[in-house]
Amino acid sequence: MTAARWLTFFLLVSTGASLALVAIYLLNGGPQLEGIFLALALGGFGAALIIWVGWLINAPTESEPRHSLASSPEARERFMETLDPELISRRRFLVRVAAGAATALGLALVLPAFSLGPLPGQDLFKTAWRRGLRVVDTEGKPIRPEDLPLDSVRTVFPQGFVGRPDSQTLLIKVRPTDLRLENGRDNWAPGGAIGYSKVCTHAGCPVGLYRAQQHQLLCPCHQSTFDVLTGATVVFGPASRPLPQLPMEVDSDGYLVALGDFPEPVGPGFWDMTHEQPSEGA
Amino acid sequence: MLGWLDDRLGTASWARTGLRKIFPDHWSFLLGELALFCLVILVATGVYLTLFYVPDSREVVYAGPWRPLQGQDVSAAFNSVMRLSFEVRGGLVMRQVHHWAALVFLAAITVHVMRIFFTGAFRKPREINWLVGIGLLTMALAMGITGYSLPDDLISGTGLRIIYSVVISIPFIGPYLAFLVFGGEFPTTEIVSRLFVFHIMLLPALLIGGVLTHLTILWVQKHTQFRGPGKTEENVVGKPFWPSQVFKSTGLMILTAAVLALMGGLIQINPVWSYGPFDATTVSAPAQPDWYVGWLEGSLRIFPPAEFTLLGVTVPSTFIPGILIPGALFTTLALWPFLEEWITGRHTEQSLLDPPREHPVRTGLGVAGILVFVVFTIEGGNDVVALVLGIPVETVTNILRVAIFVVPIAGYFITHWICLELQGRHGPLVPRGPGMQLRRNAQGGFDEVEEP
Repeated sequence: MTAARWLTFFLLVSTGASLALVAIYLLNGGPQLEGIFLALALGGFGAALIIWVGWLINAPTESEPRHSLASSPEARERFMETLDPELISRRRFLVRVAAGAATALGLALVLPAFSLGPLPGQDLFKTAWRRGLRVVDTEGKPIRPEDLPLDSVRTVFPQGFVGRPDSQTLLIKVRPTDLRLENGRDNWAPGGAIGYSKVCTHAGCPVGLYRAQQHQLLCPCHQSTFDVLTGATVVFGPASRPLPQLPMEVDSDGYLVALGDFPEPVGPGFWDMTHEQPSEGA
Repeated sequence: MLGWLDDRLGTASWARTGLRKIFPDHWSFLLGELALFCLVILVATGVYLTLFYVPDSREVVYAGPWRPLQGQDVSAAFNSVMRLSFEVRGGLVMRQVHHWAALVFLAAITVHVMRIFFTGAFRKPREINWLVGIGLLTMALAMGITGYSLPDDLISGTGLRIIYSVVISIPFIGPYLAFLVFGGEFPTTEIVSRLFVFHIMLLPALLIGGVLTHLTILWVQKHTQFRGPGKTEENVVGKPFWPSQVFKSTGLMILTAAVLALMGGLIQINPVWSYGPFDATTVSAPAQPDWYVGWLEGSLRIFPPAEFTLLGVTVPSTFIPGILIPGALFTTLALWPFLEEWITGRHTEQSLLDPPREHPVRTGLGVAGILVFVVFTIEGGNDVVALVLGIPVETVTNILRVAIFVVPIAGYFITHWICLELQGRHGPLVPRGPGMQLRRNAQGGFDEVEEP
């Protein structure tokens, strides 16, 4: 076939596909047919244009001169004369005052941007956990340590704050004798029920995986791995701090309650996280 | 018509100059055009999506045709994406074409930057346009990340979570900045509508303005060209804008759209219905971001636990791999034309392109840079690699922690050696090809005649 015939062929393919597309749309033919016929309609047209330029037009190769864009020294001089920087530079004092005014104006105009968000305040240091709040599951039911199967893990919240992201906590049941926690924190795990913040100390993802045999928590985002038995210390991965442990005890009805908030800020690090925070009332 | 316009704008003379502008012919010059065409397709499909998308994170109960999610609480944003995908006729194709076009857009830009880098097209007088181009790459990345987050699904929500954590890691200003951008502690109800404004208004305005600047500078400075017969620093050899380039570019644009339409119709991308709505206490694994973000993810995954506190200031373990390393890589890339000018001391205008083999150091560094990107990207999918190879994910990361240094350095030296070998085999590249004619002269000998 000659180029002109091929060109006609492709244009007809395109026309046919476009008409088919109308029918597909009207009959609700689904994404696959829509995609195929849209591709045919466009592809036929595009191919026709390429054939047109490649075989029917065949413009000769030409050459045009290229000059440096730089102006002559005289032109640059004339430009500086027109610009006349002296207009400004000889009024040095006024220029400084104007610059000061412009800076002040800029600062004033930037201020509304601060309405975009609150100051961090205590938000990054505190969660909803308080002394005496019961530990509840995602349905809001309180939990007894002896009801937990060994090596089980579940996500828990402070009573009244189910679903609150910064307070999400992993409750894991281990053998109390396996725990090797520092300075009295094993008292925080009554009956081997131990709670760790579920917010990864690396980039804040929920630490969603538990390898029960190795007693390791694994964050699926960047593979930070924490040892449950030794206070969620980092075994592998980019996290640098253990997951904060939730201090817990058992109340008179045998349910788990918090002894207070996490002892450290939960989640990813920030520059002043080690600073002394004002007490609760602040 | 022409007379009417010409009376008012003087079209006939300046537009004729435009029509006769010369475009050098080489396949690699189409890479930038490919990016431009993707942008056109992105704008067209994007406007359509905007008409259906609801930038609102308020909870609604899903009641559409997708059974697994019926009765679940989802955000209005997620709900609108579900509706667009399952109930709007043609909606899913538009959405998938938009997503594929975004992936190809960033790929085209990346390969275009490589072409410019390896052939030295960034040298004087084109340093400004290189900077504009790196700015465009940055904005395209920002477009990708903001757009990816809009459906408010589980994976993109986790991505936002990581971005928030990287932002609060910045010493001194991090928490304040993150609270301003997100409107409070993550997750917030404001972020979806804010991302929407960035994705459909601010960033597109900057991106399109930047593209126009990029093209205007290109037009004024004229194209570079590869060496060849009749090609010098003082001319541009190629085919005129009209009709050749107009037909070719329009044809290529429509063909690009055709391929993307086929992909959008047949290849599923970002099936948010199987990820489910965002929930701050849930995470799915293994989750992969779009390809152009994988290297940032890998940088976070490969970095050792190196959080430290100095004089009361904590430098979190995401700050160096999340902010400093990408920042340093992008800054080096942006400043490369100036670094090269400073190192080589060459300040002359260069419009003839280099064959990469003639600049072994530049070419080697470019290859090393690409390999850094590749190793980071592999580490970004270390869990998938571990799954496929059947080895622990820790092993993958430990191997790549060595590879991130060894592979780029080895890549540099091997490339350097290959360049020298190629030079030795071919000598400096000489003009060859059909441009020479031999003509018999009156004395019976032969003269070389150069074609224009």
